[in-house]
Amino acid sequence: MYDVNMVRADFPVLDREVSGHRLVYLDSANTSQKPRCVVGAVEEHYLHHNANVARAMHTLGAEATEAFEEARGKVAGFINAAGAEEIVFTKNASEALNLAANTLGARLAPGDEVVVSVMEHHSNLVPWQLACQRTGARLRWFDITEDGRLDLAKAHAEGLIGERTKIVSLTWASNVLGTVNPIQSIADQAHAVGAVMVVDGSQWVPQAPCDARASGADILVFTGHKMCGPTGIGVLWGRGALLAELPPFLGGGEMIEIVRMEGSTYAPPPHRFEAGTPPIAQAVGLGAAVDYLAGLGMADVHAHEQEITARILQGMASLDFIHVMGPTEMADRGGAVSFTVDGVHPHDLMQLLDSRGVAVRGGHHCAAPLHRRLGIQSSSRASGYLYTTKEDVDALIETLDWAHDFFTGRTRLRSL
Amino acid sequence: MSIEAMYQDIILDHYHEKHHAGLREPYGAEVHHVNPSCGDEITLRAAIDGDTITDISYEAEGCSISQASVSVMADLLIGRDITDSMALFEEFRTMMEGQGKVPGDEDRLEDGIAFVGVAQFPARVKCAMLGWSALRDALARAGAELSPTAQ
Repeated sequence: MYDVNMVRADFPVLDREVSGHRLVYLDSANTSQKPRCVVGAVEEHYLHHNANVARAMHTLGAEATEAFEEARGKVAGFINAAGAEEIVFTKNASEALNLAANTLGARLAPGDEVVVSVMEHHSNLVPWQLACQRTGARLRWFDITEDGRLDLAKAHAEGLIGERTKIVSLTWASNVLGTVNPIQSIADQAHAVGAVMVVDGSQWVPQAPCDARASGADILVFTGHKMCGPTGIGVLWGRGALLAELPPFLGGGEMIEIVRMEGSTYAPPPHRFEAGTPPIAQAVGLGAAVDYLAGLGMADVHAHEQEITARILQGMASLDFIHVMGPTEMADRGGAVSFTVDGVHPHDLMQLLDSRGVAVRGGHHCAAPLHRRLGIQSSSRASGYLYTTKEDVDALIETLDWAHDFFTGRTRLRSL
Repeated sequence: MSIEAMYQDIILDHYHEKHHAGLREPYGAEVHHVNPSCGDEITLRAAIDGDTITDISYEAEGCSISQASVSVMADLLIGRDITDSMALFEEFRTMMEGQGKVPGDEDRLEDGIAFVGVAQFPARVKCAMLGWSALRDALARAGAELSPTAQ
């Protein structure tokens, strides 16, 4: 039985007040809060085991290396990778996607095509734009339907994925619409034409049980800080055979084998892709985070997320001045709920909600093309996580009602 | 300061009914400014005649703070000479960078003093400055001589 109050006891920040009100943190799609055990693991590492990894031969160096590689193993287990050597640590999901775009992009040539979607986060768009600009390849994209799902019919009619397609890169779950994309079937299409399937799991891996090898992806990226881990650590998982044939991304220490002035050879994966001193303490923290998530059980975490998201959607449906973007049914839906409020700009709404202790995000959520596609400039977004309660959702809905009244003048007229 | 005090009626009134909005001819220069982090956008035209700002017209999309601020600015600066307008720019900016502790001079900034509450929210200061920065850029492009200290 999932006990959200026991979970909340692990997150001291949830006890604080903001603007004299109980904190209601609904910005977890932006970054999650951190449990005490993650912060404790980072502290323990820095205070008692700190040294550089791989190159320090002394006792502390051995301990730090072991802790770093143990974290790699934990992450591998968490997503069912074939082994720890399939896990590359990066500084975040953006860097992981840049790694993918640079190394896979090195194979692109004029006439080749890369396919993304209009719902991508800028992190899964701009690196591919850059790769296409460098190589002369063409960038194409999935459109969306009126209810915020990939427009598969239009893609089929356009022959979007075809013999020219070399790479398909899609988000697993939209950070704006919440839409969960049919990764497996699109991966099947990509593989049928010999293309590589890249998946941005930043919004999905934190929320649901995830089996990378069974997903259809060839490369899966995600970030630590959205799944109870520290900032500064991201993950790129790649199928072993694919990683083995990719060239290096960044050059520097620890990614090499033999270095001569005339040229160098490179370490095998994953170290080939980890130039320089890596985020050691952050990896240790991420290891603690996946232990924490696995301890709660990802199936239960997912069920809780679904329950909370359904309540947010239900509450918003009761307010006629709120318009939810993306699917309003829970089928194939993640936890991000973006919306607009009649007469209230998202920044103003964010500020009014903050004055009542309710933290949401306002803006384009790093998905400007999606907002443009929807004909709006920006939106507000509420996103819960494993510590979010029904009371949090109810506070959000009440505060939305108040903010709308305040801004459209009804509250002010009443107070005269 | 409470949120109610920050969103003074002055700000909400300008937001709900922007003054001098719309793009008009003639103009000396047109600029387009955005806030990349939040997406607020403004297209602004400035017309000058000698040392006088004869018109400021604009089309803007964004939050109440950015919209009300450009409306108040147009009220203040249309018909004013450029030197004094830039002095007002500096006074407004000083207030906005004062973290809510530097009240503006009401005789000078008029409705502009309503933004003092915004100044305590660093993330919103650039919203309030968007229109002013666009105007300064437009004046420079229209050929006005601006002091090098302001930017």
